[in-house]
Amino acid sequence: MKKYIYLDHNATTKPRPEVVEAMLPHLRGHYGNASSIYQLGQEERKAIDIAREQLAKLIGVKNPDEIVFTGGGSESINWAIKGVAFANRDKGRHIVTTKIEHSAVMKSCQYLESMGWHVTYVGVDVYGRVNPAHIREAITKETVLVSIMHANNEIGTIEQVEEIGKVCREKGVYLHVDALQTVGKIPVSVDALDCNLLSIGAHKFYGPKGVGALYIRPGTRIHPLTHGGSHERNRRAGTENVAGIAGLGTAAEIALKEMKHDEKHVRHLRDKLEKGILQHIECVRLNGDPDHRMFNTSNISIEAVEGEGLIIGLDMQGICVSSGSACSSGQTEPSHVLRAIGVPIELAKGSIRFSLGRENTEEEIDKVLDVLPKVVERLRGLSPLWGDYKKGLRKSVITGKAA
Amino acid sequence: MTQKKKVVVAMSGGVDSSVTAALLKEQGYDVFGVTMKLSNWESKEGRTFGGCCGSKDFYDARSVAQTLGIPHYSFDYVDKFKGSVIGYFKDSYMKGETPNPCIACNQNVKFDFLLEQAVALGADYLATGHYARIGQAADRYELKKAVDLSKDQSYVLYGLGQKELSRVLFPLGDLTKTEVRELARKYNLRTADKPDSYEICFVPNEDYRQFISEEVPDAERPSGPIRHVDGRILGKHKGLPFYTIGQREGLGLSVGHPLYVTALETSTNTLVVGGKTDVLSPAVVVRQVTWVSGQAPAFPLSADVKIRSRHVGAPARLNDDPLGVRAIFESAQSAVTPGQFAVFYEGDSVIGGGIIDHGF
Repeated sequence: MKKYIYLDHNATTKPRPEVVEAMLPHLRGHYGNASSIYQLGQEERKAIDIAREQLAKLIGVKNPDEIVFTGGGSESINWAIKGVAFANRDKGRHIVTTKIEHSAVMKSCQYLESMGWHVTYVGVDVYGRVNPAHIREAITKETVLVSIMHANNEIGTIEQVEEIGKVCREKGVYLHVDALQTVGKIPVSVDALDCNLLSIGAHKFYGPKGVGALYIRPGTRIHPLTHGGSHERNRRAGTENVAGIAGLGTAAEIALKEMKHDEKHVRHLRDKLEKGILQHIECVRLNGDPDHRMFNTSNISIEAVEGEGLIIGLDMQGICVSSGSACSSGQTEPSHVLRAIGVPIELAKGSIRFSLGRENTEEEIDKVLDVLPKVVERLRGLSPLWGDYKKGLRKSVITGKAA
Repeated sequence: MTQKKKVVVAMSGGVDSSVTAALLKEQGYDVFGVTMKLSNWESKEGRTFGGCCGSKDFYDARSVAQTLGIPHYSFDYVDKFKGSVIGYFKDSYMKGETPNPCIACNQNVKFDFLLEQAVALGADYLATGHYARIGQAADRYELKKAVDLSKDQSYVLYGLGQKELSRVLFPLGDLTKTEVRELARKYNLRTADKPDSYEICFVPNEDYRQFISEEVPDAERPSGPIRHVDGRILGKHKGLPFYTIGQREGLGLSVGHPLYVTALETSTNTLVVGGKTDVLSPAVVVRQVTWVSGQAPAFPLSADVKIRSRHVGAPARLNDDPLGVRAIFESAQSAVTPGQFAVFYEGDSVIGGGIIDHGF
């Protein structure tokens, strides 16, 4: 196995060894269907119930039954948005969200628009923060749901969800929080956020892929997305992915214990990386909110470089980073998040995201700080824009100054 | 510890570039596969794109990379290719010339932009599945014909200079096609029995005339007279871009003996035809000449001149010309076609080449 320096934890994370251990029995001898009456099934039911309790503790839920396991974060998001829209279509057909949401939110909303719903996409400030007052203004009599992300996957900005929760409560509108990037990394409490729905994905916090959860506050009117058997108390049909669910539960339990420690370690490395880049490479800028930002995320625009080339150049040195979100790579469209915070197209295309995790080390960051400036310099050598800048024919988009 | 040399392999999804990657990996290089995206194939529904443009080829390349256990990337060269290859292709026909888009792609995309980018990304070399060899003389690199002469592609590579040759690898130059296919089977590559492609990748169904009629408005390729070299007007042509020098079929004329296109006279929009001997040219003038060594040789000079990709090469004397180089053949050559490329060989070494301006 090749050794990589992995700096793309907002895309996915390496499952903790304990997570893998927790999953293995359910891929081997413990293969029963959790819905079955016999003991082989009951053992699996027990594993699911334990996991539900573990996750409940992590997100401050007193009654674990308010949590439903899903096939991952995107499914949770789709379900929250479409399920609420369908169940409340007689009340109104308006949804409020923001311009920097994950594509699972964006595409679900666009789908509903194609079915006759109306969606308001509230803008953000230059740091990617939504003003709760703007959410308040966007809510109409027709509004049934506000959907907002807790922290942005690309730039790490943390939103004022508590404030927005208050607005929603006051207005009698449901709130869905996409908490994919925060659960397991920073403290999340469904009561503090005052939300009706909260989406979770296990693989973002050292759990397995293909499993997630949706928190549903009692009384929230929502239709199921998948119909079939009576699994998950009739809310989500489909035989439970017990191995995945057990892995999620274990990841949640460990996250609760180690969150603080991990944050300290990762924040230190992230700050070191960021400082090094800003010092050693000219014409770069940091995107996102310097004060309200996930401790592991650093999104940096590098002038006169294509993000795609940078990723490949770094990969050729064994360093994994991404530009925009992984879901949109393969297409060269500039990120909608960076556009929403006013990053010019040419800079947005030259932006990369570092997202660190618990296993990163000082040595790895030193290596990146050694390699990155060289790759950037070589790629800038190909750029006519950079050539003009160096010759003093053109000003930097970032600094506004000539070389 | 010495680091492994890094090499980017341009993988088209064909058997040749697949084996190229396999060989280099076996030789101990750190190999990275790259497939150039040259067309937005998704948007061209109903059209079959061959060559490196087709998405099937992309998946074949990726599958081979997976089999070999090497990384694989896609580089988006759609705009670049559109401008410097498809644009050139149309312009050439509109000028009354006959293009060679594969050479344009090699010179303006593969061994220009892709090579530069590969180096910028940290590669030591760019490798392709071309059948040609790179030799090293005391002070310079040489471009040589492949061992398998039936597959030799040195012609389409004539534009490579010293800078390029120092950074390029052609691992197939010493192998025959049969050996390459055997290797592909040995390495268990899914492309082992994929047929060779000869067509122009962006021209559907190998029909360049249809491509031109779709891409160029009617008004820009008007009909005009067909004139015999003896002065007689024999009929009307369908627009000069639809003809090429030496063409015999599709003229719609019958005069009792075979007629060939001998010239496309753009100034008068006239198609000139004649008998077999009228298509012969004793000499050719070549423009935009480049030399593999980077320097023009001392003239006069004896060389074999290849005037199209499947021409065997004709002995000639090369001399300086205001436009570039003038080559006088030992015996007159048929269908010396403006726009096509003339490549000069000394033995099995390419010494240079350029675009055929005109024969005379």
